[in-house]
Amino acid sequence: MMKRSLAGAACGLMLASAGSLFVSAALAQEKTIKVGVLTDMSGPYGDVGGAGSTVAAQMAIEDSGMLAKGWKIDLISADHQNKADVGSNLAREWIDQGKADVFLDLLTSSVALAVNQIVKEKNKVALISGAASSDLTGKACSPNSIHWTYDTFSQANSTGKAITKAGGDSWFFVTADYAFGKALERDTTTVVTANGGKVIGNAMAPLNNADFSSQLLQAQSSKAKVVGLANAGADTANSIKQAAEFGLTQGGQKLAALLMFITDVNALGLPAAQGLEFTESFYWDLNDKTRDFANRYSKRVKNGAMPTMVQAGVYSSLIHYLKAVESLGPTTDGAAIVSTMKAMPTDDEAMGAGYIRQDGRKIHPVYLLQVKKPSESKYPWDYASVVATIPGEEAFRPLAQSECPLVTK
Amino acid sequence: MIPLLGITTQALFAQLLVGLINGAFYALLSLGLAVIFGMLNIVNFAHGALYMMGAFFAWFLLNALHIGYWPALVLAPLGVAIFGMIVERTMLTRLQGLDHIYGLLLTFGLALIIQGLFQNYFGSSGQPYPVPELLKGGANLGFMYLPNYRAWTIVFSLAVCLLTWFAIEKTRLGAVLRAATENPQLTRAFGVNVPRLITLTYGFGVGLAALAGVLAAPIYQVRPLMGADLIVVVFAVVVIGGMGSIMGSIVTGFALGLIEGLTKVFYPQAANTVVFVVMALVLLVKPAGLFGRKA
Amino acid sequence: MTDIAPHAPAPPASAPAAKSSTELLAIAGLALVLAAAPLAAYPFFLAQALCLALFACAFNLLVGYGGLLSFGHAMFYGSASYLAAHAAKVWGLPPEAAILAGTLGAGLLGLASGALSIRSQGIYFSMITLALAQLVYFIALQSPYTHGEDGVQAVPRGKLFGLIDLSNDVTLYYVVLAIFLFGLFSIYRIVHSPFGTVLKAIRENETRAISLGYRVDQYKRAAFVLSATLAGLAGATKAIVAQSATLTDVHWTTSGEVILMTLVGGMGTMVGPVFGAFVILAMQNYLSTFGQWVMVIQGAIFVVSVLSFRRGLIGEIANRFKISL
Repeated sequence: MMKRSLAGAACGLMLASAGSLFVSAALAQEKTIKVGVLTDMSGPYGDVGGAGSTVAAQMAIEDSGMLAKGWKIDLISADHQNKADVGSNLAREWIDQGKADVFLDLLTSSVALAVNQIVKEKNKVALISGAASSDLTGKACSPNSIHWTYDTFSQANSTGKAITKAGGDSWFFVTADYAFGKALERDTTTVVTANGGKVIGNAMAPLNNADFSSQLLQAQSSKAKVVGLANAGADTANSIKQAAEFGLTQGGQKLAALLMFITDVNALGLPAAQGLEFTESFYWDLNDKTRDFANRYSKRVKNGAMPTMVQAGVYSSLIHYLKAVESLGPTTDGAAIVSTMKAMPTDDEAMGAGYIRQDGRKIHPVYLLQVKKPSESKYPWDYASVVATIPGEEAFRPLAQSECPLVTK
Repeated sequence: MIPLLGITTQALFAQLLVGLINGAFYALLSLGLAVIFGMLNIVNFAHGALYMMGAFFAWFLLNALHIGYWPALVLAPLGVAIFGMIVERTMLTRLQGLDHIYGLLLTFGLALIIQGLFQNYFGSSGQPYPVPELLKGGANLGFMYLPNYRAWTIVFSLAVCLLTWFAIEKTRLGAVLRAATENPQLTRAFGVNVPRLITLTYGFGVGLAALAGVLAAPIYQVRPLMGADLIVVVFAVVVIGGMGSIMGSIVTGFALGLIEGLTKVFYPQAANTVVFVVMALVLLVKPAGLFGRKA
Repeated sequence: MTDIAPHAPAPPASAPAAKSSTELLAIAGLALVLAAAPLAAYPFFLAQALCLALFACAFNLLVGYGGLLSFGHAMFYGSASYLAAHAAKVWGLPPEAAILAGTLGAGLLGLASGALSIRSQGIYFSMITLALAQLVYFIALQSPYTHGEDGVQAVPRGKLFGLIDLSNDVTLYYVVLAIFLFGLFSIYRIVHSPFGTVLKAIRENETRAISLGYRVDQYKRAAFVLSATLAGLAGATKAIVAQSATLTDVHWTTSGEVILMTLVGGMGTMVGPVFGAFVILAMQNYLSTFGQWVMVIQGAIFVVSVLSFRRGLIGEIANRFKISL
């Protein structure tokens, strides 16, 4: 008797967890598009992508004008909790149950790489905005995915080049001691030396260690003109805050964050962040179009935040995807959609004109920004001024250096 | 300048001092944990979350009520202590007589809830908190530039640690507290309200965590996960010092800050791990920790 | 002091045979349900869940029957996962060899970490395992073989024994089910062996066990290594199933999750952790559309379980019907 009740309980549990699994995928050939946003909502990158990415995707759907033309566009979003396993399980299920034909954002490299693999296997589309790994258009490139917004190479390359050319020719790195930080440092070093600068030294900082005074003291005594922060997230914020405390910028040194988002500036406040230079593929206050996009976005999110480049990238990539699908007619053939996307030039409110290379790299200008002094900031989120605009061809890794097998050399 | 192992003595002094400052935070946090463990036999996994709450409390006081750093140094620990005492009254007290691990698990769950709520409300990247006007700037010591605020951190936390030690080991109140830890029944028979003592102790330990949080707010980014990674290191500090030992946690906190500082200079790859390696070595020799009495 | 779980009341002296038979029935029932499960649920999800279920059962062997709460079990799960992924991808080993390599690696790690931690008791033991796991995490973070935050990706599933193609999710699921049942049955045999009986005696009253002449530390160490090895089996299998090994697998939050699974299902019950694993994983996947709330919900489950549900789902049922499950 016990066995039966146990088996019953087990069945119930399985069925409950299987819940909505049986949604037929057969309806797909109508004028229907299924969009899935996979991002970090509860973890350390929630402000960079998170719920804001879903809002950006929703805006792209509305702005595409396709709803009025009889298309039905479904949007689903989920928190992958920065776990590759959760991300790949969600991706597989969404595909197999016909809930998503295209995946957006994919913050965190481990999740992006895992979903990239699945999307290729199942011939869907991945438009990666949040992940940084330049492997996504290198060894791991795929005919089904486009790396939209930025990568470690473009960040390091553009920041390094622009600052060195402007006279910042001696560098000291504060580097997060793992693969990501080392890649940033390596790529920046290459471009700094190529442009006639030199790297004086570096200090490795353990990941998620709140205190950077040890590394900053070394940077200070190195007398380098530029202190490059090869780290991300909370590490970047903490190192900037403490650099201000130790008076690095007052001492005439320039601080360059190799990966930083506008929300980080907001979180640090201008008094701590002023003078800092960093590179973005999107800044909300660039021109009328970006301002219009950003203001519409800002009204729809919590705390009235302005979009980060990741969220703008989600918007931009979905607009372009929808254009491609509209021109192709109803289809879920991912590789066909991506090759159409590569054939069409991109243009949208958020990221302007650009194009997609054969290795899946989206090309657009990137901007070297400098954080304003508190006295220069006139209105909310007036945080930075553009120091230099780096053309896309110079910012991203040249095709000739690509390890991507799709590239015909 | 005399170079030593490829680094000048001046730089070495600088790194030692910086290490000591970090040690001040370890000491304050592990002291709170030790006080709570000594009295309640609970490993307070929520300690990191309460440290974060202290920092956010200070931020809230400044931004919503325009109350500055100095009052916050008192108000924030008080506020968090009240929160802690409510938690103790409503939840922890129901675990009395059960195995210690349930306290660990409950506070672990609490930490998740608190961090999750703050994350939802304030976002992941956190909030700015300025250095108080009085402590802005710094002094050039010759071998390093020492921000005034860091100097204050080290002096203040050392004072708090020693006062706590004195209160527990040398005063009448402390004697009652230790008696209640040793033998609650007997202490009750002397007319001491032991449950209230327990609640107050938890509030005090939690207040120490919040105090560390306020102290950290001007130098570390005030963000929901600021305590999540720190707490595991502090656990290791407590284990090395010997659980429940007041002096042990203070001394170990400062000492480990120093060791970590040295590691950052000579072998930065191990800066994350050195605390755990030290812990393993100490446990091999003394399973109860350096200052612990029994395992 | 090592009385860990308020398990079902101790059965009368003559009951052990009956006790283990209900457990065996529960395992058999579970096997039947799981064998039919792909009809109702998504096989890839089920396969992943089974890996976590085995992980939880392995963990339960230590906490539920040995009374030792490890807060660092992710080190075995994660390092086995990395090792198996590396073996399959870089060395090109077939899946069975990769899984074996990962399992043995975790066993060795268990031997080393057990030697350090087992001498401590209760809460000390928990914190030492946590610290050791953190050590392993940082090694994984910095090691060139793990590819940092990218993780080891695109691990080939390959052909089992050169015959069975694992790229089909359903085939894969049944292979994982076989591994899982092997693991669960091993745990059942361990618990009901003379070794297991001594282990439980130590949990109930360590001093008495010592006075009876048992070398308590050796028993505990053996349980620790066994648990680590089985956790490794789970992690290694997961690397083949999910085709990746990442830092999440070895992070301390994974150690926390396995505790949650065991707690929700029922510490010290044979099939409880399996249910716990399914509940928690289903929650992570299907509540993920609730976005930010996942962490809060997990925390709330922890608090509610500890305050009023200490026996767990299966533990409560077992207690209600006065049987052992």
